[in-house]
Amino acid sequence: MTPVVSLVVALLLLALAVWSVVVRDAFLAVAGFVAYGLLLSLVWVRLFGLDVALTEAAIGGGLTGALLLGAVARLRGTESKAWAERSGIVLRTVAKALALGVTAVLVLCVLALPEPAPTLAPQVAANMDATGVGNPITGVLLAFRSLDTMLEAIVLVIALIGIWSLSPEGVWGGRPGLRHHADPDGVLAYLARLLPPIGIVVGLYVFWAGADHPGGKFQGATILAAMWLLVQMAGLADAPRTDSRWLRAGVVAGPLLFIVVGLLGLWTAGAFLGYPPQWAKPMIIAIEVGLLPTLVLVLALLLNGVPARSGR
Amino acid sequence: MTSLLDLASIVAIAAGAVFYLAGTVGLLRFPDAYTRLHALTKADNLGMALVVLGLLPQAGGLLAALKLVLVWLLVMLSSAAVSQLIARSARRRDAVQ
Repeated sequence: MTPVVSLVVALLLLALAVWSVVVRDAFLAVAGFVAYGLLLSLVWVRLFGLDVALTEAAIGGGLTGALLLGAVARLRGTESKAWAERSGIVLRTVAKALALGVTAVLVLCVLALPEPAPTLAPQVAANMDATGVGNPITGVLLAFRSLDTMLEAIVLVIALIGIWSLSPEGVWGGRPGLRHHADPDGVLAYLARLLPPIGIVVGLYVFWAGADHPGGKFQGATILAAMWLLVQMAGLADAPRTDSRWLRAGVVAGPLLFIVVGLLGLWTAGAFLGYPPQWAKPMIIAIEVGLLPTLVLVLALLLNGVPARSGR
Repeated sequence: MTSLLDLASIVAIAAGAVFYLAGTVGLLRFPDAYTRLHALTKADNLGMALVVLGLLPQAGGLLAALKLVLVWLLVMLSSAAVSQLIARSARRRDAVQ
């Protein structure tokens, strides 16, 4: 029974992937991509990668899907023109050859993997006690490979600066997007009043549970950012001005704290991002707590998009 | 006792799956946005309720069971709100055309 279910899910996944590449309508492609993300998170559950499944559902399906939907709405005006275009035979042949070549190389790489695959899991399991956290994923992300996590947080801030720098002349530092208006007694406003209290509790729970169970700051931050965006979409609150001091301080606070903790490690433990013994867990919690507000801000602001009105 | 509970779970989850199937058939076969939403939300709410009901005896504890009920309530809330919003935007689009 179980192999049959796995096979069906894998075939569905492949079909959805092909469909969202092949389909010409951009909206349909994004809809396919979101369904693909949700199905992929099911696959991760079946592989016992619950942390990855949560991240895939929150960020791969949810947040990326919402970002792509925003892009589709912006491209709507030029989409029919893009359909009418047909690139030359040479370009199409080269593109096909490149795509096939990349696929072939990937297939060869997967087939050439040594069996059993090289793994550091035993070393991680042997040294988990030193970190003081119970969830090995959190241990890897914030102790053994914390440099990667730090760079990830910095990349997000750089991405946000990239989006902001697309703002038109004269509205730099203004509010992103259009002001949303919705019926203050309507369904959306009702949902935006009812859901955030529950969503905030769930987001903080997912964040806090990450120390010993699947979960963590990225998944929790996505839920919290979604609640903020819901309130904005219902017109109950406006998007923040992007030149506000507290906002910018919040955006850089998390990565800065990470760097400060890293430098402290240079002094106390003899390595950048090293934790002195007995202090690993408090340090990890400090980084997690410091990163959460930054991630909420950055994820919500990424979705808010380019500053478009002065909003004074 | 446990086998009786297991039987109840199987019956409830199977009934829930039937509702999901009916809702999906409606989604694929009905002619316009309103009837599709009607099929989808009714069937999904009942289907979800039956699946959750079937899973309650298997949850292994009051806390887990309460979480399942909370999930069901949240799904009902969001699907009810979203179906209203979709129907409203469909009506606006029809009015324009």
